[in-house]
Amino acid sequence: MIELKNVSLSFGTRTVLSDISLHLSERRIAILGANGSGKSTFARLLNGLAQPTSGEVLVDGLNTLKKARDVRRKVGFVFQNPDNQIVMPVVEEDLAFGMKNLGYSKENIIAKSDEILARYHMSDLREHPAHLLSGGQKQLLAISGVLVMEPQILVMDEPTTLLDLRNKRRITRAVAALTQQVIMVTHDLDLIADYDRAIVIDGGRVFADGKPAKVIPAYQELMA
Amino acid sequence: MLDLYSPGRSVLHRTRPAPKMLGLMVAATLLFLNQSLLITIIATTGILLLYPIAQLSPKQAITQVRPLLWVFILFFAIQWYFSGIELAAYVVLRLAALIWLASLVTLTTRSSDMIDTMTRALHVFKPLGVNPEKVSLAISLALRFIPVLAQITTEVREAQKVRGLERSVIAVAMPMAIRAIKMADEISDAIDSRGYRS
Repeated sequence: MIELKNVSLSFGTRTVLSDISLHLSERRIAILGANGSGKSTFARLLNGLAQPTSGEVLVDGLNTLKKARDVRRKVGFVFQNPDNQIVMPVVEEDLAFGMKNLGYSKENIIAKSDEILARYHMSDLREHPAHLLSGGQKQLLAISGVLVMEPQILVMDEPTTLLDLRNKRRITRAVAALTQQVIMVTHDLDLIADYDRAIVIDGGRVFADGKPAKVIPAYQELMA
Repeated sequence: MLDLYSPGRSVLHRTRPAPKMLGLMVAATLLFLNQSLLITIIATTGILLLYPIAQLSPKQAITQVRPLLWVFILFFAIQWYFSGIELAAYVVLRLAALIWLASLVTLTTRSSDMIDTMTRALHVFKPLGVNPEKVSLAISLALRFIPVLAQITTEVREAQKVRGLERSVIAVAMPMAIRAIKMADEISDAIDSRGYRS
């Protein structure tokens, strides 16, 4: 579970998030908001990529400021643009990158790579150069690279924004099948209709919070 | 180099990276020390014959030198004008042979295996303050992001072309630099997120 206690975050004189307190325990949570509303910064707080100016973020009781490494092991992060997340030139090397950093054995790395590639029907792409993958394949690789590290929580920052409809559906199905808690930053209201909770961030504050059926109309009204 | 690894099961694919890299160093040095056009032609033919042995197509061989075609033409013309056609052929052929040879190594060696070998070799420089793991990550990132930067360059060029600015170096370089810096920030976050210990 992730807990935010009176969290504020400023860059210089610009306040991005202001006095946010939340408990995030539901299995599927959506974060909504306009461009520049602070939702991506909010997502980055959850695995310690960004640190609050005041207040604290706790993941299973671990402070993201003091225990950043342990927090990142628990909370995986998927970025909007997979091109910036895939750091190795070849598919299997990229999958291995995170596992090597965590000290997994070579046999374990191979077994986990086999399993995840089979799960997403990418086994034939094992030795493929990453830059030659399609947009959907790149996003699946980015998600796979995080999943093989076995995080308990997955934070995703608009993972379907750059994708066409077919690939968007592919990613949606992949996310739906995950057993982990997922916190998804998105503009895609279809994607989150069956989520357990939706939170709208506006002007760095929580504007609405609750079931998507209640929150989505409020968000649409805000955006009108 | 950007074509990277071409999967296969040839003798060259199965040869460990260290002898291949050592062979590349020795052959490249010998090619440079050699002054004869005839030996350069024989060496180039020999290198090109290794392509089918490595289960690589003629198209893959051509792809390796195609981006440098204009450089070859320019070198050839300059050398021909100043030193004659034989020296011009020797200079250009030697350069092409080196590229084909280096590409042969990268096409038949997984970059991870090559980087692991380089990392092991760099351990001898550890007392001098060299961090082999950081060097290997830097090489991997370079291999990964050169095609991405090339794609960004194409996108920026096309965008500026639409606005009639394709000849302005600044109009292309500035947005590229900004995108590259922004991208570098996110890559750094992605590396952090995936448990890398700096």
